Amino acid sequence: MAKAILQLGELTCPSCMTKIQKAVANQDGVSNVKVLFNAGKVRADFDESETDANKLSDVVTELGYEVKKVKVKENA
Amino acid sequence: MKFNIWMQKHQNQLTGLLAVLIIISLLFTYLIKNELVATIIMAVASVLGAIPIAMHAWSALVNKVVSIELLVTIAVIGAFIIGEFEESAVVTFLFLFGNYLEQRTLKKTRSSVKELTQMAPTQAELVDEDGNTSTVDVDDLDEGDHVVVKPGGQIPVDGKIVSGTGYFNEASITGESAPVSKADGDDVYAGSLIDNGTVTIETSSVGEDTTFGKIIELVEEAQDSQSPAARFIDKFATYYTPAVLIIAALVWAFTQNFELAITVLVLGCPGALVIGAPVSNVAGIGNGAKNGILMKGGNAVNSFSHVDTLVLDKTGTLTTGKMTVSNVASFSQDKTVDLATLAAVEASSDHPLGHAITKYIKDLGITDLPQVPELDTVKGQGMVGNDGKQEILVGNERLMQDNDVEITSENRQAIDDRLDNGDSIVMMAVNKELRLVVGVNDEIRPDAFDGLTALKKAGIQRVVMLTGDNRLAAQNIADKLPIDEVHAELLPEQKVDFVKKFKSEGHKVAFVGDGINDSPSLATADIGIGMGTGTDVAIDTADLVLVKSSFKSLAHAYILSRKTVANTKQNIFIAVATVALLLLGLLVGIIHMASGMFVHEASILVVIFNAMRLL
Repeated sequence: MAKAILQLGELTCPSCMTKIQKAVANQDGVSNVKVLFNAGKVRADFDESETDANKLSDVVTELGYEVKKVKVKENA
Repeated sequence: MKFNIWMQKHQNQLTGLLAVLIIISLLFTYLIKNELVATIIMAVASVLGAIPIAMHAWSALVNKVVSIELLVTIAVIGAFIIGEFEESAVVTFLFLFGNYLEQRTLKKTRSSVKELTQMAPTQAELVDEDGNTSTVDVDDLDEGDHVVVKPGGQIPVDGKIVSGTGYFNEASITGESAPVSKADGDDVYAGSLIDNGTVTIETSSVGEDTTFGKIIELVEEAQDSQSPAARFIDKFATYYTPAVLIIAALVWAFTQNFELAITVLVLGCPGALVIGAPVSNVAGIGNGAKNGILMKGGNAVNSFSHVDTLVLDKTGTLTTGKMTVSNVASFSQDKTVDLATLAAVEASSDHPLGHAITKYIKDLGITDLPQVPELDTVKGQGMVGNDGKQEILVGNERLMQDNDVEITSENRQAIDDRLDNGDSIVMMAVNKELRLVVGVNDEIRPDAFDGLTALKKAGIQRVVMLTGDNRLAAQNIADKLPIDEVHAELLPEQKVDFVKKFKSEGHKVAFVGDGINDSPSLATADIGIGMGTGTDVAIDTADLVLVKSSFKSLAHAYILSRKTVANTKQNIFIAVATVALLLLGLLVGIIHMASGMFVHEASILVVIFNAMRLL
């Protein structure tokens, strides 16, 4: 398992948050999705064998939100 | 999907364009009196404005979320169908313009935390094995990497100094702005600054794992973790929005009035309701963060605001915790030998009193310490060592009494002298004979009096001090401060019992401690407040952490929590009142789609501005 942290542009509508949350959580191998509305961040645990951070970033981009930075932390 | 992002980025320009189109159209209507051109322009504006809104609505719907955008989209399409182009254009414009203003103002409420995150280090000077340095992103550093920091530079990682010395300003971590001198083997923290000197640091943690990273993470999460009221509203809104859709459909079905139905859609938008409560939280927590007060979310803010009983630990909380030996009374021929024995015993103690005593004896030049029997700790009393030849007791008066050490009138006099001075007392007896009475003094924090006075004025009814220290020393400190109750000579579990007792009497209890030895009480109280340095322990166990160990910031935190809760209530009231008034307006027929949207957007701005008062 690894943890992806996506830094997004400014989020303004609370419904964006639910939307991003659900879209990312619907991906295979993704768990523990947390959208930090005020910090404009998405945190999610994912299984490297099923998906990768860039794929998650694409999902968010497709919803119409800019992804500024992607960080991955390996969970030992 | 490039179009999607392009739209998102240029939404503000689009909003501007809409405004221009609407004005031109109005000119055609009223000045040039060409209804046809006016209508066409309005229709174009409606379509342009509706595109980004509809896209948002669609992407939400795909993920099974009924969003406000969906309500607006349906309403606009409806208005279009019945030929109300002016209404639809104005509604889309107001909605987008409202979004823009929301964005601008929300940025303000988030600014304090942004400032904090911007203080986080981003780059480091990495030293490789050959001694060459290169500038790298902090994210690329690993545990064990060596980085060099030059004068005026920011420490990029948590780690240990491996070479060099310097003066460090650790205000962002400990709240202490006086520079501290550090050298080989000392720990340094990411986010602190080196005033002068150059050091090489071996990395132990990077980025979000550093203490500074944790502080930022905590504040970021806190802003999103909502108070019970806000959570209720949130839940409510998830059902509310689809409900509005259904109600509008029902209105249409029963009245056959299409226009009324789409007006209901616009009026029903839960705008201010969704944003009102969280925005107060964000502003309140942001203000705290700016002032070195880390509140763990809306729950912490909420519980703190209801507190009426403040329970304080003495040592390290009410006092600075920097103890010094004020006096040593000796009752034997050889004071030096006794002191050496005492130092040997205290060397194994991690009690603050023990540290003060070992330091004092070392400073006297007594470094040749004798062998002492193995020691057992008697909780809340002291230490006992007995190897058959020698019985050594080091501790408080209770320890002496329990072990039948005789206290002569001469001893008594020495003890009372120290107690009158407000000292804590450590005694040493060898083979039941009292040898030493040591007084240790601990200074009251300079702002304790003002801070407690302010807290009482703000609504705290009862201030209680709990301490493991002796009664007289405790009373001496309490007499100098606005403290209502003192309970002394307590064990840690007895402190917990007091907290439980106050809670069972129906009080809302805040416990303030240093987060290390008081964690059970911190956890038991309605709200645990960690005072002292921003150590991991304090950050983990407390609901609220004061980076600056000051009573001024405690008072500020309390007043802020009360203001934040009041602000949340005001915002919920504003939001509910707006919807109620709009519905009333609709019933009496003075509110239409465009004016309804206007009132909505205005109410959103009102709640944001109201929250900004907290900053």
